[in-house]
Amino acid sequence: MSELTSKTIAELRDGIGGGDFSAREVAEAYNAAVAAGRPLNAYTVETPDLALAAADAADEARAAGALKPLSGVPLGIKDLFATEGVDTTAGSNILKGFKPPYESTVSGKLKAAGAGMLGKLNMDEFAMGSSNETSAYGPVISPWKRSDGGNAALTPGGSSGGSAAAVAAGLAAGVTGTDTGGSIRQPAAFTGICGIKPTYGRCSRWGIVAFASSLDQAGPMARTVRDCAILLEVMAGFDPKDATSLDVPVPRWEAGLSSGLKGKRVGIPTEYRIDGVPAEIDALWEQGVEWLRDAGAEPVKISLPHTAHALPTYYIIAPAEASSNLARYDGVRYGLRKEGVKSLDDMYAATRAAGFGAEVKRRIMIGTYVLSAGFYEAYFTKAQKVRTLIKRDFAEAFKECDIILTPTAPSAAFGLGEKMSDPLAMYLNDVFAVPASLAGLPAMSVPGGLDGQGVPLGLHLIGRELDEQGVLNAALAIEERAGFTARPEKWW
Amino acid sequence: MSVNAEQVRHVAKLARIAMSDAEVEAMVPEFNNILGWVEQLAEVDTDGVEPLTAVIANDLRLRDDVVNDGDCRDAVLKNAPDAQHGFFAVPKVIE
Repeated sequence: MSELTSKTIAELRDGIGGGDFSAREVAEAYNAAVAAGRPLNAYTVETPDLALAAADAADEARAAGALKPLSGVPLGIKDLFATEGVDTTAGSNILKGFKPPYESTVSGKLKAAGAGMLGKLNMDEFAMGSSNETSAYGPVISPWKRSDGGNAALTPGGSSGGSAAAVAAGLAAGVTGTDTGGSIRQPAAFTGICGIKPTYGRCSRWGIVAFASSLDQAGPMARTVRDCAILLEVMAGFDPKDATSLDVPVPRWEAGLSSGLKGKRVGIPTEYRIDGVPAEIDALWEQGVEWLRDAGAEPVKISLPHTAHALPTYYIIAPAEASSNLARYDGVRYGLRKEGVKSLDDMYAATRAAGFGAEVKRRIMIGTYVLSAGFYEAYFTKAQKVRTLIKRDFAEAFKECDIILTPTAPSAAFGLGEKMSDPLAMYLNDVFAVPASLAGLPAMSVPGGLDGQGVPLGLHLIGRELDEQGVLNAALAIEERAGFTARPEKWW
Repeated sequence: MSVNAEQVRHVAKLARIAMSDAEVEAMVPEFNNILGWVEQLAEVDTDGVEPLTAVIANDLRLRDDVVNDGDCRDAVLKNAPDAQHGFFAVPKVIE
């Protein structure tokens, strides 16, 4: 990793602003890193010219004394965000070749703030997956290797696997991710980086390919808590084009960063202690409690009684919403069309059969079933009632605590291919991430350490509605104490 | 509840996904595994509980009833697999 590509976003911003180096030099270093990083399969499209154009604009802005918040910061954009004129496929064959005539609100805000786009990042197809293996482009390979002397290719997690790998490997200073049931936090944990999913409604969903609309939220992934705060400040904000966008002011999260947690109570949910989790993860969790105690917080035991029912609830609601959202891929308006069939109906069915991968079909089928006549009440309505109870659990818990600490995932990164044959085993990887998604709460993963095989583990913080600051501050307290400086050894 | 091949075929038809007999047969056990797993929700007492409708309380906004978009036909049609005479073209539906 060159000197420039190892800098944080805060350092790039200050270095460009202070004239220590030019934005052009930064963009060139990153373009070279992206090209050299192709063995990781993190990018689906590279846009070096866009990165250079933004860099030149940043250097001119500096000369004119008109720098913007992200002038000259090179970012990767998850392939779920519509980017004007640049292929946007959601990791699916059904959208191959789709070039949006518009820009998503979130990526547009980043560009308007001066950021340059290095390219589009690989992901699980339509964000449905926890290992990046459902992508039509093939899996992203984690830059991390186990220290056991073997050479097993590990997953970077998913669905924002390309995003996570790019940050961990120094192929982007920061990236956008999206999180429906853990898709920012689990890959962040697997690759030793930070990632925050804000409160549902903080970031506009306009222009983000829809998976499950009541759960989908965009958020940043970066190397440090501060970098996440910097990016989120730009990404968040009211957007009249998204009916569920929250019309509330965006706090100055970076200026508000403070790792002193005196007077804060950190909740430790009993129900998150589950069978089959490696002892190392439980030990890290204990260590996390101690770190927060050291920062001044008081640990308290809390109960979230419906935790065990969160995953099955999610696997009714998310597929139901997906089956509805993905009805638009019909071979008529954009994307793939299967030719050579007689009727319109046959064209729909043949196009969708050819364009969707196995996991996407599985979820559309489950979603169609739970919404179909005769089953809607028993599955979908029941799941929405349990979702009410899960949300109520958090409301009760937050009477007794200010922030909740858990592990991010029940395992470290696993090997590619290890879980693909068993959908349920794959779904279980999001067991700690999904409850906060169902309740719409802000939640973040921050690196805690390495396991015995030298692979990163993350800690997970869940906050009250709109309390991203509390989440970021607790994450900062952990970051300062964990001293996580490990980087993957370059093999690509 | 569990499903058989005929029901899976019906769901595939509703979802407009063409499936061969072999694909249907392969999906039956997968489908039943997932359904069997999500059915554990039946054990949760939800009497008197309202289904969740908005995850974060939010008012439904109304905008002024004026045209604020449009006049971009070419952009709308640009990605269509088949656009003709300013329309999306599809296989003939009426003989």
